[in-house]
Amino acid sequence: MPYIPHTQEDTAQMLDQLALSQTQDLFDEIPLSLRSPSLQNLLVGESEMQVMRQMQQRADLDRYQLSFLGAGSYHHHIPAAVWDLVGRGEFLTAYTPYQAEASQGTLQVIYEYQTMMARLTAMPVANASLYDGASALAEAILMAVRANRQTHAKNILMPDSVHPLYREVCQRLTAAQDVVLHALPFNPLTGQIEQAVLMQFVDMDVAAVVVASPNVFGVIEEVHALTNWAHQQQALMIAVVNPISLVVLVPPGEWGEKGADIAVGEGQPLGVPVASGGPYFGFMCAQQQWIRQMPGRLVGRTLDRHGKPGFTLTLQAREQHILRSKATSNICTNQGLLVTAATVYMSLLGPEGLKQVALASHTNRQQLVAQLQTKGFEILFSGPSFHELVVRLPVAVEPVLDHLAQQGILAGVALSPWFEQFPNCLLMCTTEVHTVEDLDQLVQQLAQAVAKIAAVPVRAAELFGV
Amino acid sequence: MSHIPAELKFLTTHEWVRVEADGTAFIGISDHAQSAMGDLVYVELPEVGTTISAGEELGVVESVKAASDIYAPISGEILAVNDNLSESPELINTDPYGDGWICQIQLQDPIELDDLLSAEDYSEQLEEDEE
Amino acid sequence: MSITVMDSQLIFEKSRRGRQASAQVTAQLEADKALADIPAALRRRSAVGLPEVSELQVVRHYTNLSAKNFAIDKNFYPLGSCTMKYNPRGAHKAASFPGFLQRHPLAPASHSQGFLACMFDLQQMLAEVTGMRAVSLTPMAGAQGEFAGVAMIRAYHQSRGDLARQEMLVPTAAHGTNPATAVMCGYRVVEVPVDASGDVDLAELKAKVGPQTAGLMLTNPSTCGVFERNILSIAQVVHDAGGLLYYDGANLNAIMGQARPGDMGFDVLHLNLHKTFATPHGGGGPGAGPVGASARLAAFLPGPCVAQDKITGRYRFQAALETPQSIGRLSAFMGNAGVLVRAYFYARVLGREGIKRVGEFAALNANYLMQRLREAGFDLAYPERRATHEFIISFQALQKKTGVSAMDMAKRLLDYGFHAPTTYFPLLIPECWLIEPTETEDLDTLDAFVKALITIREEALYNPELVKTAPHTLPVKRLDDVLAAKQLDLVWRQVATV
Repeated sequence: MPYIPHTQEDTAQMLDQLALSQTQDLFDEIPLSLRSPSLQNLLVGESEMQVMRQMQQRADLDRYQLSFLGAGSYHHHIPAAVWDLVGRGEFLTAYTPYQAEASQGTLQVIYEYQTMMARLTAMPVANASLYDGASALAEAILMAVRANRQTHAKNILMPDSVHPLYREVCQRLTAAQDVVLHALPFNPLTGQIEQAVLMQFVDMDVAAVVVASPNVFGVIEEVHALTNWAHQQQALMIAVVNPISLVVLVPPGEWGEKGADIAVGEGQPLGVPVASGGPYFGFMCAQQQWIRQMPGRLVGRTLDRHGKPGFTLTLQAREQHILRSKATSNICTNQGLLVTAATVYMSLLGPEGLKQVALASHTNRQQLVAQLQTKGFEILFSGPSFHELVVRLPVAVEPVLDHLAQQGILAGVALSPWFEQFPNCLLMCTTEVHTVEDLDQLVQQLAQAVAKIAAVPVRAAELFGV
Repeated sequence: MSHIPAELKFLTTHEWVRVEADGTAFIGISDHAQSAMGDLVYVELPEVGTTISAGEELGVVESVKAASDIYAPISGEILAVNDNLSESPELINTDPYGDGWICQIQLQDPIELDDLLSAEDYSEQLEEDEE
Repeated sequence: MSITVMDSQLIFEKSRRGRQASAQVTAQLEADKALADIPAALRRRSAVGLPEVSELQVVRHYTNLSAKNFAIDKNFYPLGSCTMKYNPRGAHKAASFPGFLQRHPLAPASHSQGFLACMFDLQQMLAEVTGMRAVSLTPMAGAQGEFAGVAMIRAYHQSRGDLARQEMLVPTAAHGTNPATAVMCGYRVVEVPVDASGDVDLAELKAKVGPQTAGLMLTNPSTCGVFERNILSIAQVVHDAGGLLYYDGANLNAIMGQARPGDMGFDVLHLNLHKTFATPHGGGGPGAGPVGASARLAAFLPGPCVAQDKITGRYRFQAALETPQSIGRLSAFMGNAGVLVRAYFYARVLGREGIKRVGEFAALNANYLMQRLREAGFDLAYPERRATHEFIISFQALQKKTGVSAMDMAKRLLDYGFHAPTTYFPLLIPECWLIEPTETEDLDTLDAFVKALITIREEALYNPELVKTAPHTLPVKRLDDVLAAKQLDLVWRQVATV
């Protein structure tokens, strides 16, 4: 029996202790009509060897040679030591650290993580993480609404340049609490939010302004002016940031005169594989004054009864298992294991290693932009950008992507499903994993594919005699 | 058995009021409430100068195991708050009816006091809750 | 258990300026040159403050930290309602195949067939195990699954123009996430009491249900560690009033393969794959909380779900246009995909017979343990009931006699190398433990646990101080929670280093 240790003798002895003749008697409180479903649609169990072989075959179907996909999930090199350490059973198979004395490993890791995230974002406090970047943004919005106790305003300014999937998640998770997300357009030339569009909201009671920088196009926003404007309006500033970018870009705690109030983002770039979108982790940092409105877990340092330092979950009174229907959120878990990966990753890279990752990712973008322009492709958005770019093709994107995919190159994400106003546009991402040869190969193959596709409609037009 | 001073008025939600000769009133939480919550770690105080209506949320008390809203037993302007609680929330544990007071209110409408429980009523309520 | 002397330094305290894990530096670029195209005001000026340490220091530091944890791999972990069963290594290994780890969430269908095939199969398997029509895998934890389920109930009533249903019924014994979720979804929570034998009070339920009722959230078996015997009547009462039934899958392990929520009349449910399907808890996440729906709620499931083309046999994500009534998206991509891949492995290895054995042996272990403790004189909360996969004992009598609380007993148990059961939950039973051994523990371990408990009870009677001051053998002694909350120290502030 897979993973069940009982011998026949064990089972007999245990039933004997219970004065029962068979295990089915254990279920005699369940109405008879409900018992023993056939489960006929389930397969028969197979051995570890058989299942692993089939899964290996399936996994191999999804392999490719080169990827320039980004848009919220990024290919970075993950040092070998990261998942070797994270995969230790002591981290992998521990429960939530409710019994603090038996969980000092996990708790100290989270305390170190909180410290690292606070330093990276230049914010005073960080929580122990949330599910992913998108849900962290939704939680930040609900937090801002709670923090605004005076007017109970529920208006949030949500730029169109925030990742469209994040916007969808925020809409879903905040709608039942009557939060209204007001769209903010961006300048189609720069890719940035312009202050002028904020003017229509000066008379509105706004709870928070969301700004993603870099935004979904990789464009860096005018964060100082936007933050100052939000604060003039008595609104909170919620920053959505890429953690890798923070070693080179101004961190949320230094946005404007007072800094952002809440900073959130997707933690995946910090040592977590792209892996079909999860598990990742969302990080959240905040100014000290909002700490009691923060959702999720917090680890604090304290002393034991002999005066020795130790770590424990704290401010649990805000959480669902105590406050129940009045809790700040229904969240129970943080993404403990992924936080462990990020902590080890940041320790291994250190400030210099992380900076080189950011610089190499950015330099590769500059290279790619130059090469694409040389081939005559148009690059959208003049605003300064970090490690992502949008290129306009002279033909439809989908056949080009298909063509490249057949050669094992995943060139980018088509933009039009998210932004109708940008047909034929491709969102691409470079990181430190890309070499000069990778970029050459991409540009060459892209140019060839475009030329090939461009030739097709001409022939089709000839055929139909247009 | 918790201590219930006879001169105070109470809410069923465990807040107390003490009316002074000058027409102001002090507000706090009862000995029973502090003991049920355990060691207090944080008190969120109202702002001086704001006006509050009876039944509104006045602040929050938080212990390691619970967080609880404090409701205003009476309406009026907040004249003073007990700033010592920011540093030493445990004053509520050690002296709930004295040094652990939460705020002072300018009494607006003395008739509201009639809606509150007397010490005797409150004591009875606690006994009923016990059952 | 031997605890070697370990330092308790933070990684930051091991940092020395200029030291680095050199193998991890990818390039040697100059910041000013490389960032020339970014305005100075938008660039970082302040130091980042990450530790500067060598690779060996990192490996040693985190290896030593890991040794300070209890974990299933090291200890029996009878945490009630948490289902801390063995996490198969094969599942972890299979999920770590490069093809899975390197698949980008926005990869084209041409490079996703392997992953999507696993997800499609898992959707089908979970539907069969729970007796539901369809399953969506995307919720990232049990609490998000709950949110999805309640949001679906809301969407269903709204789609029918039935806007008067503003109340969600929740039994008093329910897990705290239930009421928190109902409020997040915009409902008023109405509590339904549980009777003396642990069942929902049917008369009270009838009194509280009506045209204002959106639904009832129920955990079955309940957190009282008993099966809800009136489940068919409860379903009828709620359905007759036009409400829907939500199944909280926290305790599905107790009946997996033995009875199905769908057959009981539930309209929507969530599963905790990190409990029932043996995926690791990771020190507090990641989990996964797929939702299943009956025929009338299937259209409202969150997306994206995986579909298979009947003709080509190829797999793809369903487009938003195909699912216009869906409650939408709960995560940027597809939830905790890696957890789902692990659960898929587990379900395939178990198969039909293996799935049935889960409930069977989970119940056998729990009932055996309960019986042994009963015979040893411990107080059961529901002595006349069968245990499900868990049961409750109360230390109220012991506490009155000795002053030793359930928490003290739990802390002392740690000294014996066993993780403590869930303490003080459910809230209804004073000084209680909720004990769940799971099916993967062997008889000798259960017997050793009983022996340890008997010993600790002796200690409580004859040397209560020993128990009250426990633990004594762990890396730290009993920690001061009050100090932690009063003088918040969430982020290390450098005192004075080199």
